[in-house]
This record gives sequence, C-alpha cells and structure tokens, in this order.
Amino acid sequence: MALLEIRGVTRCFGNFIAVNNISISIETGEFFTLLGPSGCGKTTLLRMIAGFDLPDSGQILLDGKDMVGMPSEKRPIHTVFQTYALFPHMTVSDNVAFPLKIAGKKLDEIRSRVIKTLDDVRLFNLGNRFPHELSGGQRQRVALARGLISRPRLLLLDEPLGALDLKLREEMQIELINLQKETGIAFVFVTHSQNEALTLSHRIVVMNQGGVEQIDTPSKIYNFPRNRFVADFLGKINIMDAQVLEIIPPYLRLLIPELGQVVIPNKEGVKIGDKGFMAIRPEQMRIMIYSEEVNSKNHFSGQIKSLLYAGDVTTYVVEFSNGTRVEILLPNSAPREIKRFEIGDLVVIVWESDVGLFLND
Amino acid sequence: MIKEKNIVRWLLSGVPLLFLLLFFIAPSLIIVFTSFRFPGEFGGLAPLIAPMGTVDVEHGLTLEAYQFFFSDTLYVRVFIKSLQVAVVTTLICLIMSYPLALLIARSKERLRNIMLLLVVLPFASNFLIRIYAWVIILDPESVLSYFINLILNLVGISPVIFLFSPFAVLLGMVYVHLPFMILPLYINLEKHDPILLDAAQDLGASHWKCFWYITWPLSISGVSSGIVLVFISALGMFAVPDILGGTGDILIGNLIKDQFISTRDWPFGAVLSIMLALTILLIIGLGAYFLRRLRKRNYAT
Ligand SMILES: Nc1ncnc2c1ncn2[C@@H]1O[C@H](COP(=O)(O)OP(=O)(O)OP(=O)(O)O)[C@@H](O)[C@H]1O
Ligand SMILES: [Mg+2]
Repeated sequence: MALLEIRGVTRCFGNFIAVNNISISIETGEFFTLLGPSGCGKTTLLRMIAGFDLPDSGQILLDGKDMVGMPSEKRPIHTVFQTYALFPHMTVSDNVAFPLKIAGKKLDEIRSRVIKTLDDVRLFNLGNRFPHELSGGQRQRVALARGLISRPRLLLLDEPLGALDLKLREEMQIELINLQKETGIAFVFVTHSQNEALTLSHRIVVMNQGGVEQIDTPSKIYNFPRNRFVADFLGKINIMDAQVLEIIPPYLRLLIPELGQVVIPNKEGVKIGDKGFMAIRPEQMRIMIYSEEVNSKNHFSGQIKSLLYAGDVTTYVVEFSNGTRVEILLPNSAPREIKRFEIGDLVVIVWESDVGLFLND
Repeated sequence: MIKEKNIVRWLLSGVPLLFLLLFFIAPSLIIVFTSFRFPGEFGGLAPLIAPMGTVDVEHGLTLEAYQFFFSDTLYVRVFIKSLQVAVVTTLICLIMSYPLALLIARSKERLRNIMLLLVVLPFASNFLIRIYAWVIILDPESVLSYFINLILNLVGISPVIFLFSPFAVLLGMVYVHLPFMILPLYINLEKHDPILLDAAQDLGASHWKCFWYITWPLSISGVSSGIVLVFISALGMFAVPDILGGTGDILIGNLIKDQFISTRDWPFGAVLSIMLALTILLIIGLGAYFLRRLRKRNYAT
C-alpha cells in the first residue's frame, strides 16, 4: 500500500481551478518532488496534504485511510516552510524541541533527542542562539530539524532552498539527500527549479496549470518527456515540427518541413502520418566543419549565429537553411584544441539515430 | 561628518530636552521641596524665614508632613485600596481587551479600520462628559437600572442602586482605560506573522497550545505596555471616583487633589504625590525584574 495516496483531488478558488483532478501516490521512504512553473498549484496541493486546506473533491489517504476531517495538528505530517517560520521568541533548541514538548514527552527524552537532531543537521553548538542570530542556511537547518525530530511519516518541503544563494543551495541539496536517506522519512519537495528536482528526487511529478503532465524518475523525465510542455520545462531542448514518414524498427523516419528527413528511435504507439515534434537535447548533437566527411544519417548544414562560452561548455546557436535555429552544447574538455567555431562559420550538424524523440501533438 | 551629525542631533532634540527638563524635572523638584515645608495659614506654603516682627509663626523646613502621613493608618489604607482598584481595573481591562485586540488584528483590513475607529472614537468627546454620561446611565431612575431591578425583583432580590458605589467606580475606571489597553495590544498582535501559527499547528499544537506557546509569549511586550499605561493612570485617577463614587470611594488621586484644592495643605499633598510616585516606580521596577526572569527561564531549555 502506498504511504500517501492522492485520488482525483480538485481545489477551486471561485471560478479558478488551482488543482485539477490530481492523482499521485507516494511510497514509504521516497523523495518525491512537485515540479512546475509558478502558480501551477504546488503550494495549494501541499497545503491540502498538510491539512491547512481541504479538497473540493477527491481524497487524500494516508496508509489507506482517508484524512478528511483530520486537522493538521493530528496528521503525522510536518511542513518546512519557504520562510522557515521559526519561532522568534524561542532558542534554536526550543524551536527544535517544540513538537516533542507539545506531544508531552519527558524532559530527559526531549533533551537527548534535541541534541541528536541538532547533530544530524550539523548545528552542534548553536542550541542557545535565537533565530535572528543565525544565517539563512542555519535557519534552514533548524527548520529541517524541527520538522524531522518527532519522526513524521511525511515531511513536506515548500521551496525550502528558494532563499539561499547558489553555493549554499548546492550544499543543502547534498545534506537533504543524506538526511532523507538516514531518516527514511518520505519527503515531498516543492520546487520550480528543474535542476534541483533532477538532482534530489527519486520521482518527480511535473505539474502545469493545476494538472499532472508526467510522473516519473528524473532520468525518464529528462530523456523521455511525455509531451512538449515537459520537454520544454526540463533543461534545454530543440523542438522542430515533424511528421512520421516510415516506421522501421527500431527506428522512425521523420520529415522535417523544408529541412529533410531524419532517423530517430522508434516510440510505442506512433503511426505513420502522425504529426508532432522532434525534440533533441543540445548535448546530443555535434558540430563538424563543412568540408569534413559525414557518415551519419542525420546531418544538415547550417551557419553559426552566436555562441555562449560558459567555461566547462559552450552553447552554439546554429541556423539551418530553412531558418530553424537549434542550440548545441559542446564540452570544452580540450582547451588547447585548435578546432573551435566562430560566428559565421559554415558547419554541418550531426546526430546519431539513437537520440532524439518524437512527440505527438 | 560624524561631529556635524551629532550637532544636528543635539540641536533637534535640544528643544524637547529643554522642555522636559523645565516642565518635568523642575516641578518634581519643587514637589520634593514643598514636602519639607510648613503649610501656609491660608493655603500655599509658610515662609522659609520668619517675617520681621512676628513670633510663633511656623517657618523653615520640617518633616511634619511625613510624620502626619505615617501617624494615621487612614492614608495607608487609601493607598492600599487605590492599589486594589488599579490592579482590578488593569486586570479587567486586560481580560476584556485581549480577545478584542486579537479579533481586530486578525480581521480583514476594512473591518479592522472600522473597529479601530470605534475604539478611539470616544476620545472625540470630552473625558468628563463621558463620565457624566455614566451618571445618567447608572442613575436609579435610568432605563438600565429600571430593567435590572425589575428582573432582580422577579427573582426576589431587593433593588440595587448602582450610582455612587464601588461598582460604579470600577465600571467607570474600566471604561475610561479600555482604549489604553486595546491599542498597545493591537499594535503588538498585528505584527505577528500568521505563518507561525500554521507552523505550530502543523507541528501538533492545538489552538489553545498555539495561543499559549506562540501568541501569548510574543505579545508580552504589548501586554506590559498596556498594563503600565492603564495601571499608572488608574492609580492617580480622581475624576471617576469624584463623579461616580460615594463618599467612601475616594482614592489617592482624590486625596491629593483635595490637599491642593480644598484642604489647602500643600506639603501634605506633596508627600502624598511623592509616595504615589515611589509606589509606582517600585511596582514597575519589580514587574520589569520578574518579567526578565520569566523570560530567561522560558528561553533556557
Ligand atoms: N487562497 C487563494 N485564493 C485565491 N486564489 C488562490 C489562493 N491560493 C492560491 N490561489 C491561486 O491558485 C494558483 C496556484 O497557487 P499556488 O500557490 O498553489 O502556486 P504554486 O505552484 O505554489 O506557485 P509558486 O511556485 O509561485 O509558489 C495561483 O494562481 C494562485 O493565485
Ligand atoms: Mg508556492
């Protein structure tokens, strides 16, 4: 049985449907991420799981039991808020001790568990400080410790890293992964950063306008997006109109208007004549000098229009003869190599027939 | 730069500082001085130096007024009664104001502004007139008295007269001081971040525990400002007992006022004022001390 099961949950504000018939199930010990653009209903869904808000229709079940009518203080589910919501009049220790104190635990037990939990989040000596005496990252850890100390079944985290700078964010990501692994508590993590979602999660649900676009593992979501929205939302991707010409397992032959034919991997359920898009990631293509001999099935000539140097990689924008522009990512693994491309160079773009994806309309 | 800034700061605060020195410290010193003098024959003060050609006229400095204060338990009793009235007034104000201030602070903005307006609206009319209004309300012939006594009669209790009673004094005291409790409480409660309550509830706290562990401790500074404002003002109040109280309901405020206006014993009035000021300082000092200890104990795990 799933730990948490969301069954056809809908929530409306007036005429506006914030969460539209969503069904998700989350397993014990899972790191599950809600990913989606701003306003897609992530917080609204989280608030219903926490018990701050009720669905207009649908059910939310914990261990198979409907939680309707169970107030948030009775749910074994804790939340880490984006703004941390630490109690300003309590020390770090008192903040962390709060859930145990409320539950009426004995003072000895509270003390030893607070010390252990502060250790877990690496806040050894800060127990006597007040929240306003801490840095952003430290506050974040206090909020985590407070959410975890009474070992809830589920920890909800609403964009907990949103207020941190990039470096601290990356550090906290690693700590979150470790904490989740050590405690075995299921995390439901909200973010609108696709990078964060890919790095942290066991599974991701991509949401859009209150609905579910795809639920899958990070690599499935990244490599096999189910539709154009998911493909676009996660990482960079080149998308071109395409039509299925021929199915030659394990390949598909597509026609790209005004460019020509390409061969990409076959996909279940595709029929000849289907119209849709061909999607291909920037790192899946290569650039070759115009005069080089090419023996790949997919190759088209174009011209370099611009380039973006980013240290480890360079992104080139190449325009094909039909005016379509694509982005191509090349690693700068050999900095002394003479072969570099400049704006205006005539080049050939090549990709193997085992990459690329056909997306239906 | 820094020096210039300092000069500007001193200049700006110079006028109010001077004002305070002149009109607060100087009168206080005058009061202290007055308390060591003899009363004049027809009010005011007796001369410091005996006038030429007179014998047997009291003059110079004396502790007589202080001796007088401690020689009769009457004055200490009035002090204690005034303290009781002030404490009860403050407590009732606090108990009545807290839920109201909380309600106002948690209302939508429009409603909140209307309620705040209602709280301060009484200030638009004169203080004395508002107290006299209570005379009309509490009069034995008033509609309110009539109906209450009607009901009491049905239950078999003999009729009561509200006016000129300790009850009327307390009622007036609470009525007068309510806004001074509501406003500081509201200002404090309005600043509380509602997400803290969400967080507390999420971590398992019931509504009562949310209040007890979050709202109440966060509001202590508002509560203490309200208490200080109401308590000090209530302790010195004379208009309410004058108008709504009977002859037995006088408080220190009345006593002091009488010394200056009708009995015309200025030195004794000065002694009473000094005693009142010392009492207030002592109580506030003790309160602040215990508050700090309480806070320390709350914070340490
Ligand atoms: N109480 C409310 N009343 C009316 N509309 C609301 C309410 N709460 C949320 N909404 C609307 O519902 C939609 C979803 O809001 P929600 O806060 O769930 O978005 P989100 O995915 O968390 O976005 P973000 O990433 O910006 O936090 C938004 O369009 C928002 O305006
Ligand atoms: Mg949100």
